[in-house]
Amino acid sequence: MDIRSIIDIGGGFEVIVTWLRNNMGWLFSIISDGVNGMLGISRWVLQTPPTFVMIGIFTAIAWFVASKGVGVFTFLGFGLIWYMGLWTLTMSTLALVFSSVVIALVLGVPLGIWGAKSDKVWNVMRPTLDFMQTLPAFVYLIPAVLFFRLGPVPGVIATLVFALPPAVRLTNLGIRQVPKEIKEAALSFGCTNRQMLLKAELPVALPTIMAGINQTIMLALSMVVIAGMIGAGGLGNEVLRGITQLRIDVGFEGGIAIVILAIFLDRVTQALGTASQKRTGG
Amino acid sequence: MALIQVNDLYKIFGPNPKRAIPMIKKGISKGEILKKTGCTIAINGATFAIERKETFVVMGLSGSGKSTFIRCLNRLIEPTAGEILIDGEDVMKMGAEKLREVRRYKMSMVFQNFGLLPHRNVVGNVEFGLEISNMDKEERRKKALDAIKLVGLEGFEQSLTSELSGGMQQRVGLARALANDPEILLMDEAFSALDPLIRTQMQDELLELQARLHKTIVFITHDLDEALKLGDRIAILGPDGRVRQIGTPEEILSQPADEYVKRFVQNVDRTRVITAATVGGHATTITYPSEGLKAAIRAMERSQISSVFVTDVDRHLKGIVTIDDAVALQKTGEKDLAVIIKNDVYTTSPSTPISDLLATAIATGYPIAMIDENGHFQGAVSRAAIIAEVNKGYEGSETEMPQTLSDLQDALNDTVQGALQDGE
Ligand SMILES: Nc1ncnc2c1ncn2[C@@H]1O[C@H](COP(=O)(O)OP(=O)(O)O)[C@@H](O)[C@H]1O
Ligand SMILES: [Mg+2]
Repeated sequence: MDIRSIIDIGGGFEVIVTWLRNNMGWLFSIISDGVNGMLGISRWVLQTPPTFVMIGIFTAIAWFVASKGVGVFTFLGFGLIWYMGLWTLTMSTLALVFSSVVIALVLGVPLGIWGAKSDKVWNVMRPTLDFMQTLPAFVYLIPAVLFFRLGPVPGVIATLVFALPPAVRLTNLGIRQVPKEIKEAALSFGCTNRQMLLKAELPVALPTIMAGINQTIMLALSMVVIAGMIGAGGLGNEVLRGITQLRIDVGFEGGIAIVILAIFLDRVTQALGTASQKRTGG
Repeated sequence: MALIQVNDLYKIFGPNPKRAIPMIKKGISKGEILKKTGCTIAINGATFAIERKETFVVMGLSGSGKSTFIRCLNRLIEPTAGEILIDGEDVMKMGAEKLREVRRYKMSMVFQNFGLLPHRNVVGNVEFGLEISNMDKEERRKKALDAIKLVGLEGFEQSLTSELSGGMQQRVGLARALANDPEILLMDEAFSALDPLIRTQMQDELLELQARLHKTIVFITHDLDEALKLGDRIAILGPDGRVRQIGTPEEILSQPADEYVKRFVQNVDRTRVITAATVGGHATTITYPSEGLKAAIRAMERSQISSVFVTDVDRHLKGIVTIDDAVALQKTGEKDLAVIIKNDVYTTSPSTPISDLLATAIATGYPIAMIDENGHFQGAVSRAAIIAEVNKGYEGSETEMPQTLSDLQDALNDTVQGALQDGE
């Protein structure tokens, strides 16, 4: 007898996925509606204003948050994207990244706090996060499509699986790294648990959490092409078109737009992280 | 009633710590209990009372349980057994709400490594405690600025704490603790992380602040000199977490309770701690003008001394009369003392350490008069008493006492003789 037939691991996952699909459809449609709503709003905000206004806004953000250099880069880079005719696709990708990141933070930061407060919780969370980050993306694309059908929603979900872990991990790390004397000081002045979290732990951990946010954004961007495979659209689609039609020009143009977007997002979030280390006042 | 009364307090770290208490009481050693139960004994049956407005120093080497003890007072660490009464209320029985109240309004803590919030500037840090107790913005800002003034940080209100030196950072810590005007200040090795010079300066400033504010201060240190300087009373913790002695600095130095304390204090410069009042004492006086020359001579003869202090009826010092002058005056037939009362006698306060008196004692021929803050004569310190006390410190120590030249020559002769004999 084949020893592997005793426990059918792959079959087990299949049973679970099928069961979820048959019984939890209502949950998936709620999630789907929510994600779609977010994507819609993000896209509307990013695509409604005229292109030159948006380029101005991005340039201003880069200039004031990061540096003049990043500002100049952003102006030229986003100008190039417009010149290549990829503006709408880029904004669509940005909307996808933005929605994924917002959801990742809304879930990830509280999960990270919870993990930091309890070793038991963290002992379960940690291997789960490892699993999420190392499982090849193509593997969870299938159930994502089964649950949410083709389109940007499974793209967001697949991106979440990959990009959520650093938000959780670095929030956990940041809170655990708050020096013991700071926590003792806060307690010794009569903090409640809530005050401790909001007035001591989170602000002290903020630079680390910002590093997590930066990583989450970068990982979300790196999923753009894979998400394109299940119909997420945007620049991912463009790169895929380059691959499937062996169009070097199309592939490169899409790729360059992704790189420009990545550099812009990275520099701006890093600058926010640095600024969070130098805050003053109450 | 004492402000803080600690009764039979234990803190034992480890699994199921209560079972270690009977073992401690049986006299099993700390090391053995650790081996048998995995429990570390940090505080071993401490009992003492801390009075209102005193500076109570807890001193011990690293690992003797000082930090644990001070954290038991505000329950940053849960004691294992015992009682901690503050104003008669048992801290250990308080619920969360009541405990928070005590932490907010009754006592504040200053930490060794400051424990400041890096994302806040100086004034933001100082008002932290007030913010926690939900005081409104304007009022807490005002109080924070007052506290900043108190510790001499004016001008640095908007600075980031990371830009400040260690001494300045600890001033922020102190201001934060003082801002909510607590009755009790808990200071855990507050100056231990500072350079020696800054440290001395901070000690002086704390003494000055305390003279103005009259807080009850529980001060932790591993440095005996610091303990002696700051403490009204000192508790010495042994390495076993047991309190070895509680007393004033002078008591600790002059009557160490056991060998452990004795070894601790033997390297201290005792002359900085022992005061004039300890080595000095009663001095013979006559009252002028109700007593005259005869009384002075009789007093000196009776006490076998060569000079006598003269005071008025209110015990204000008028001067000193020597036996030589008195006898000379008697020969002239004069009866009024006034002409021979000398006022070049040195005076000191009873609390002056004898290190400050040594130079004077050697220079002057008379005893040094002690005068209290109201100007009343309180007795005198003789030069012999001061020199004897200074010498006591050297007893049994390695320090080489000076020898006379003749002793040296004798010793040299002996060795030369010895060498000659060996050579034969
Ligand atoms: N959280 C803890 N868990 C276990 N042992 C501890 C803990 N905190 C302190 N101890 C032990 O208790 C003893 C006293 O420590 P502590 O109060 O920090 O001493 P001190 O402040 O005098 O240096 C030490 O032996 C230390 O190892
Ligand atoms: Mg300590």
